[in-house]
Amino acid sequence: MATANATSSSAGRLLGSLRLPIGIVAFLGISLTVLGIDQFVNALTLGAIYALVALGYTMVYGIIELINFAHGDVFMVGSFVAMFISSSLLGNEGAITNVPLLAGSVLVLFALTIGVMAIVGALIERLAYRPLRRAPRLAPLITAIGVSFILQNVIQFFFGPTIVTVPQLVPIEWSIQVSGARVPLLNLFVIAASVALMFALQLFISRTRTGRAMRTTSMDRDASSLMGVDINRTIMITFLIGSGLAGAAGVVHGLYYGNTSFNLGFQSGLKAFTAAVLGGIGNTAGAALGGFLIAFIEVGASAFGYGRWGGAVVFSLLVIFLVFRPTGLLGSHSGDRA
Amino acid sequence: MLRARGVTRKFGGLVAVNNVDFEIPRGSISAIIGPNGAGKTTFFNVIAGIYAPTEGTIELDGKPLISPPTGAGREPILLVLPTIPFIGLAIYFLMAVGGDTGLVEGVASVAVALLGFVGALLLNIIRPAWYNRLIKRIGVTRPARPNDMVVAGLARTFQNIRLYKSLTTLENILVGMHVHLHGSLLGALFKTRLVREEEAAAEQRARELLAFVDLAGMENELAANLPYGKQRLLEIARAIASRPKLLLLDEPAAGMNPKETEEMTALIRRIRDELGITVLLIEHDMRVVMGISDYITVLDHGEKIAEGLPKAIRTNPKVIEAYLGRGAAAGH
Amino acid sequence: MSRIVDAVNAPFAPVRAYFRKHRSFGIFVGVVLLSVALPLLTRVPPFDGIQSTNAWVNAFTTAAIYAMLAMGLNVVIGFAGLLDLGYAAFFALGGYTYALAASPFSGIHLPFWPMLLAGGIVGAIFGVLLGAPTLRLRGDYLAIVTLGFGEIVPITLMNADKFTDGVNGIGGIDKPNIPGILQFTLINPWPMYGLVVVLFTLIMIMIYRLEDSRLGRTWDAIREDELAAESSGVNTVIAKLQAFAVGASIAGIVGVVNAAKITIVTPDQFRFAVSISALAAVVLGGMGNTIGVATGAFIIYLFQSILLKQLNTLVENFNIPILNQIDFLEFQYVLYGIVLVLMMLKRPQGIFPARRRMREFAPLKIGKGGLK
Repeated sequence: MATANATSSSAGRLLGSLRLPIGIVAFLGISLTVLGIDQFVNALTLGAIYALVALGYTMVYGIIELINFAHGDVFMVGSFVAMFISSSLLGNEGAITNVPLLAGSVLVLFALTIGVMAIVGALIERLAYRPLRRAPRLAPLITAIGVSFILQNVIQFFFGPTIVTVPQLVPIEWSIQVSGARVPLLNLFVIAASVALMFALQLFISRTRTGRAMRTTSMDRDASSLMGVDINRTIMITFLIGSGLAGAAGVVHGLYYGNTSFNLGFQSGLKAFTAAVLGGIGNTAGAALGGFLIAFIEVGASAFGYGRWGGAVVFSLLVIFLVFRPTGLLGSHSGDRA
Repeated sequence: MLRARGVTRKFGGLVAVNNVDFEIPRGSISAIIGPNGAGKTTFFNVIAGIYAPTEGTIELDGKPLISPPTGAGREPILLVLPTIPFIGLAIYFLMAVGGDTGLVEGVASVAVALLGFVGALLLNIIRPAWYNRLIKRIGVTRPARPNDMVVAGLARTFQNIRLYKSLTTLENILVGMHVHLHGSLLGALFKTRLVREEEAAAEQRARELLAFVDLAGMENELAANLPYGKQRLLEIARAIASRPKLLLLDEPAAGMNPKETEEMTALIRRIRDELGITVLLIEHDMRVVMGISDYITVLDHGEKIAEGLPKAIRTNPKVIEAYLGRGAAAGH
Repeated sequence: MSRIVDAVNAPFAPVRAYFRKHRSFGIFVGVVLLSVALPLLTRVPPFDGIQSTNAWVNAFTTAAIYAMLAMGLNVVIGFAGLLDLGYAAFFALGGYTYALAASPFSGIHLPFWPMLLAGGIVGAIFGVLLGAPTLRLRGDYLAIVTLGFGEIVPITLMNADKFTDGVNGIGGIDKPNIPGILQFTLINPWPMYGLVVVLFTLIMIMIYRLEDSRLGRTWDAIREDELAAESSGVNTVIAKLQAFAVGASIAGIVGVVNAAKITIVTPDQFRFAVSISALAAVVLGGMGNTIGVATGAFIIYLFQSILLKQLNTLVENFNIPILNQIDFLEFQYVLYGIVLVLMMLKRPQGIFPARRRMREFAPLKIGKGGLK
């Protein structure tokens, strides 16, 4: 689990290293023209959400080589927790127009949800995954499925199988005008918040001691422990952060869409996992890139009238990448355990 | 019998095996030795089909067995090429129907084209023999896999013993006989006479093999429960169960006490003398190597530095230097 | 104590030896006895108070269908070691194949019995199709890809309105018919019960034969150590495809039967939850143990359909305040998840560990994950 490294030295390689940014800019430019500003912004927003969730998948896979099936459901539970907090605790039914109050409420919402989901994620790791760390690979996988299923159905049990409304604290009417199109501030907020979180994560991983521990543990767990890294603590922190980010994504999802449902995790979880694989499993920059890519593909499919097939398209991408290019677009960064 | 020409194996920038020429005479017991990291096991694995050589070829009985895979860049063509006739069919169909193209026709043509693509995908995954011959014509060869080697008459054991732990001794050997058993899926379902007789004969032969390696009486023991020395014997029995022409033994005496080593040496001789199997082994135990080999090849840093009769190798200064360092060679 | 056990068992020893040699006959006898005993049991209190014998027989039929699914999945997961999370897809394909061949929606009415075979063939074909891309993938990725396929199939069935009537599914499916001898109706559960019992016996016999065959050994070898298996001459690609094909064809056949039983197929019947319930049965019963997983399936199904229902009635009768609001039947899905987690943590080899599998999960401390 590391940052994407740009190769340097000779001029030829310099050009090669520019390939990715150029590609991204070109892609963005093309999508902007094809989709129009409205859908472009939608794609960016959706991408931000996917990216946040994909980060959790990629970090956990990078460090313990486990596909945390339950991660998508952590995202889903996060959205329900956010709903609960904003409707019950904050007593809100709708948008808040008083800016300081809005800022305060949103902050509280984020802090509480992220905190709760981080703890939930760490608990899951401690109770369900850690005992199986040395077991044959099938075991934690099956456990993860079980946890995912439990989360989904407990929520369904208490909140019903239908869509549940979430108070949208940020007023959706607030917007700015960009060359004739109306861009809601809500979208900009979502994008900004997500990017800020991803940036913070990147700083954490690259600058702090714990971040370094996370990177080395994902490369070689035994060597790291011999070097004095507390493996259990490092893994737990990984889950804390990953689940916290998923919780943040849950908040954001509720604020943006105004609703949630018990099977949100299953649908979006698979897409976010695809994003992680697309970008390179174990690679955090890749997860972010993958998230946006998947969102653009999905919005694009919708724009051309194939919305219903969006899920199938994304999944086919997953299969194609796993079979033909399992290391993803940016290269994978996880230890190789045969 | 086996001839390796210029075999090279690189892993990225690391050259594990460098331009090794190598020949095993039929009916001999040959050994590859060399200090740790010399590339012996990698070379072994190339012969066994686990790694494809980066360069060089390997022949068995004069016929080419292994060569570097070619046509790597043409893989996408392999997917597209078989799809083309189907796409052609689809287009022809659309044109024949003319302007009357409804939803059903459209879907049908897409389905046909998709079928072609899926078929191509399957062919590339399953790679039946006829398909491999076909694509050789356009210059694409695939790396040989270990199971192809077994069919060709090679068998191997592993340095760190890879037995099927939860199967019994007998069952381990029966798996080893896989390529010589022809019972099909349907045959198994309906317990046809062919299958029953074949299974009975196989079991009989497996017992004989167990007796050959002195494991008689342990047929129903789980492989995991056997003591270390007997596990090694079992692995050898499993390997010779496939009736190989050439047996590759990867450090057969590792971890054995002197008595077991003696028994192992005797067994290897019997395999060559009684079963007519040529043997190639990697070994660190010099007593075994010197005592049993007809011919020795020495590798160091991936290159062949000496080969010949045991007596000559023992006194070869380059060999001594490789193992013990420059000072020792000068001293002796 | 053990001497008493031995003494009691002694007279049965020759019986057991006999059935070990003639195993297929033994299975036949066992299933027949059980299938007669169970309905008789339902005439006895407290079972006769819960529901009518007919309702019980219907429940047994459904349980047996579920058990056959579990046995089929066990071939893929338990024998070959391939974690298939999309097994419901093959179940769906079998059901829809029959529905498209014998309903007013399609207009054609092919007879049931050859369609059983067709369901198996369709299953096998799709087993190969959907299994092929997974062949070179590692365990986790294989699981996710199969999960995805398990999702794609119902989504496609739902969206391909023209062919499948989308969300509504296909109804009015023909019941099987042995002209002159036996009429299958919606009211009388016994003919379907008999059919399912016969099918269950046949499938169980076939699976046991496979397990002991060369193919079964090959699957064991691949599951234990794929590299060693290849070095023993095994073509792992073909063997894995065969595992997928066998498992999927069983699901296909059972899908046909299920469609005929409930006379309607909708995409909703084949959600992820169905795949997970089959997985739960396999994990609970004992991966690799055919009788074990069938038992596991029976346990889970009867628990969820009878016990949970009883819990509802009980709570209603006693009018317990909070619990009154809860419909315990919805609890069944949480049940699957709990089964999976608990079993993996406490007893991964299942209630009835397969003889061959005991070693794999037992030494968790020096397990394969550590040494490999």
